[in-house]
Amino acid sequence: MVIKAITGFFARLFGGIFKEKRNVKLGFYGPPNAGKTSLANRICKDFAGEELGKVTRIPHETREVQVKEKVEINHKGRKLTLKIVDTPGIATKIDYEDFMRFGLNEKEAKKRAKEATKGVIDAIKWLNDVDAVVVVLDATQNPYSQVNITIIGNLVARKLPVLIAANKTDLRKADVKRVEAAFPEYDVIGLSAKFGKNVDDFYENLFNLLK
Amino acid sequence: MKKTLTLQFVPYAEIINLNSVERIRKLLKVVLANEIVLLQGKLKIDEETRLIEDTMALVGNLRGFKGVELAVLSPKATKDPFEKIKRGLVKALVGEQDSITIIGPASIVREIKRDPNKIQLLLEKK
Repeated sequence: MVIKAITGFFARLFGGIFKEKRNVKLGFYGPPNAGKTSLANRICKDFAGEELGKVTRIPHETREVQVKEKVEINHKGRKLTLKIVDTPGIATKIDYEDFMRFGLNEKEAKKRAKEATKGVIDAIKWLNDVDAVVVVLDATQNPYSQVNITIIGNLVARKLPVLIAANKTDLRKADVKRVEAAFPEYDVIGLSAKFGKNVDDFYENLFNLLK
Repeated sequence: MKKTLTLQFVPYAEIINLNSVERIRKLLKVVLANEIVLLQGKLKIDEETRLIEDTMALVGNLRGFKGVELAVLSPKATKDPFEKIKRGLVKALVGEQDSITIIGPASIVREIKRDPNKIQLLLEKK
């Protein structure tokens, strides 16, 4: 009884000191082409010195879950170690002909479509293995898509902490207020992962989410 | 040649006693017949996710199948505690019948535009 009380005291004492240097598996989820990899790259570049994945304008560029271990984030004296899990975009339809409009030939487009469908399934499976999620949405697009609602509903059902990044605020069509109106129960941070606009606010909110 | 667009209404009573796998199978069967499902009510969130997984598994394996377009229209969330209790009770008694779900094959439905209070189906030109 006494030993238990003493160990509990030390656990609380040192747990308090080191509580902000936890290992958190942070998933990046969202529809295709929202900028999940761009944001994950931004974090990896800022704190680990190297990017995580390739970014192109063709949808479903990320077709496999990409993981970066032990990314140590320092922000205003607070520390956090992240395992960054960048997932393929979740979609309900994939048409190889859409890829051909970006210059891919039929064979390449079909291969990409096949990999993309597998990527969606893998991304959903990874939901069981993350501690918190950043939902990355394209702020120039209608936020009321069922994919967005399904992703966020799933995270709520799993009781995972959620932060919404309304990306691409460098574009004139971006409307962060519309994203906020669509998901009033969540913190929404408008940012541009490509140009690093407002990422400080994003880190601040990330620490608040994971505290 | 006349083109026909079929909307298949699925009352909630038809899925209430089915398990998740059977529900998804039933809905996908309609979609795979190139018809649009109008479901009274909505799927559970894990069933919606499962529907996406099953759909993705079919894309590329079924000739011409590109996936689905999906939208759910539900009543606005309320902050009124009495309304919340009322809705909770109704949900517990008769299930989630106050929503409507539309599932269409992506080869027919190009996009479902979903604003808070309306749904627009944009069809593929064929």
